Amino acid sequence: MDIIVENLTKIYGTQRAVDNISFKVHTGEVLGFLGPNGAGKTTTMKAITSFLVPNSGTIRLGDYSVTDQPLEVRKMIGYLPEDNPLYNEMPVLDYLKFVAQLQGIDKSRIPERIREMIKTCGLEGEKHKKIGELSKGYRQRVGLAQALIHDPEVLVLDEPTAGLDPNQIIEIRDLIKAIGREKTIILSSHILAEVEATCDRILIINKGKIVADGTPENLRKKAQGQEMLRLTIEEGDKDAVMKALQKLHSVDWVNPVAGKANRFDVQSRPNESSRRDVFDLCVQNKWVLTEMTVVETKLEDIFHELTMN
Amino acid sequence: MKETWIIARRELKSFFNSLMAYILLIAFLGFSGFFTWIFGADVFMVGQASMQSFFGIAYWTLFFFIPGLTMGLLAEETRSGTIELLLTKPVTDWQVILGKFLSTLILICVALAFTLPYYITISTLGPLDHGSVWTGYLGLILMSASYISIGIFASSISKNQIVAFLAALLIGIFFHIIFGVLAGNSGGWLGNTLNYLNLSTHFESISRGVIDTKDLVYFLSLIAIPLILAESRLATRKF
Repeated sequence: MDIIVENLTKIYGTQRAVDNISFKVHTGEVLGFLGPNGAGKTTTMKAITSFLVPNSGTIRLGDYSVTDQPLEVRKMIGYLPEDNPLYNEMPVLDYLKFVAQLQGIDKSRIPERIREMIKTCGLEGEKHKKIGELSKGYRQRVGLAQALIHDPEVLVLDEPTAGLDPNQIIEIRDLIKAIGREKTIILSSHILAEVEATCDRILIINKGKIVADGTPENLRKKAQGQEMLRLTIEEGDKDAVMKALQKLHSVDWVNPVAGKANRFDVQSRPNESSRRDVFDLCVQNKWVLTEMTVVETKLEDIFHELTMN
Repeated sequence: MKETWIIARRELKSFFNSLMAYILLIAFLGFSGFFTWIFGADVFMVGQASMQSFFGIAYWTLFFFIPGLTMGLLAEETRSGTIELLLTKPVTDWQVILGKFLSTLILICVALAFTLPYYITISTLGPLDHGSVWTGYLGLILMSASYISIGIFASSISKNQIVAFLAALLIGIFFHIIFGVLAGNSGGWLGNTLNYLNLSTHFESISRGVIDTKDLVYFLSLIAIPLILAESRLATRKF
């Protein structure tokens, strides 16, 4: 089921938490929401789940409008809020049953759905415990289980892996990926590597506005523009090597890296690659090329660049 | 309706899981039993087969206990954030409010049901006006429903349970006693208005066995208005 957000604006007092943003998420897509704290990620998610009513703009899930048909929309959404609030005094099984009933699951199917969720989310050993007694990782699983119990078309996950250990993070990521094949998922995170690992598409949002939208590769390419190489060339005089490199046709500029070794950062001219030329140069001069890496622009750099101004 | 009942059932379970329900039942039965049978203007001192002393005690104990039951209903949900989960499920704000109202009312009815042995015992002691006993119970239930409704409103205005408790008592005390006292000191239309606002006027007339539309309208509005306010407070989503 597609999610269509059009001109969404939410104002808190005088602050525009979300400022006229529009985007679409298609079925089978996992969309990652990135942005600094207070950028408007959570507000957008709360609006999609019909918890907050936007000041203006429309949100549609397939044919349903979130503001006009909230009850239908809520049946199709599984939501894991930030900080994962749960009733601490309830045992896990009771809680899942409560949510299943509220979601209107057929009475005869409830035990089966609960069993399935316990299995999928790895809660077998904890199912009789009270939620308040669980560790953070297990709480997070209960949060996911309640979001998934009615087999929703759309999943909205606000920082699903916050506070988990590395093993748990990998498990949750795999789970999200597996679910994401058939469903539409929106998730937010501070951790760039996580978004890169789980999402098909990234939306970077800053001060309530979308500043970037695309696949991780596309975003990288866009920020990168020119090819950047890091070289280590042994058995040559540093200055001589540098001069020779600068003379190469395909090289834009060369920058020696501090330190004793002959290391250089080399930027190629736009739409050209200097890798072959560098190799040929080294062969001609009998220099030994011991390192040549294409320096990738990290997602962190893109994020930093887009959200700092 | 189904959703309202699902929410009410969860709240009821939570009352019993958190000992709240047991404390209420024990304290309520203890107080009312003590003053009905053993101490003060009890049945034996009055020397009449009448439930009036019990109703008089219940009138006060329920006034103090109900804010304790209602204080957490919304305040705790907004404090912990679980309200967000609840309101993103396919339920309306009204179903949430009514579910919580219903759960507390059921608990109070259970507490009152435990006092039915008093009624049976007293009825064996002498001639008892059965009609006024049942209307007395009806009066207690209507009064409890009013205070539950006020308590839910108080719980909707704060994240802090203590604030909600005190706010409920503060609002309640006006209807419970202050309007009555003021009405006694002022005459004319003001005195009449205050007297109409005074809860005990209506409670007494019902517990004497007279069910007047005027009294029913009073109680039903005292139940409805705070619930409407609580619902509109919830709808702002400003927690």
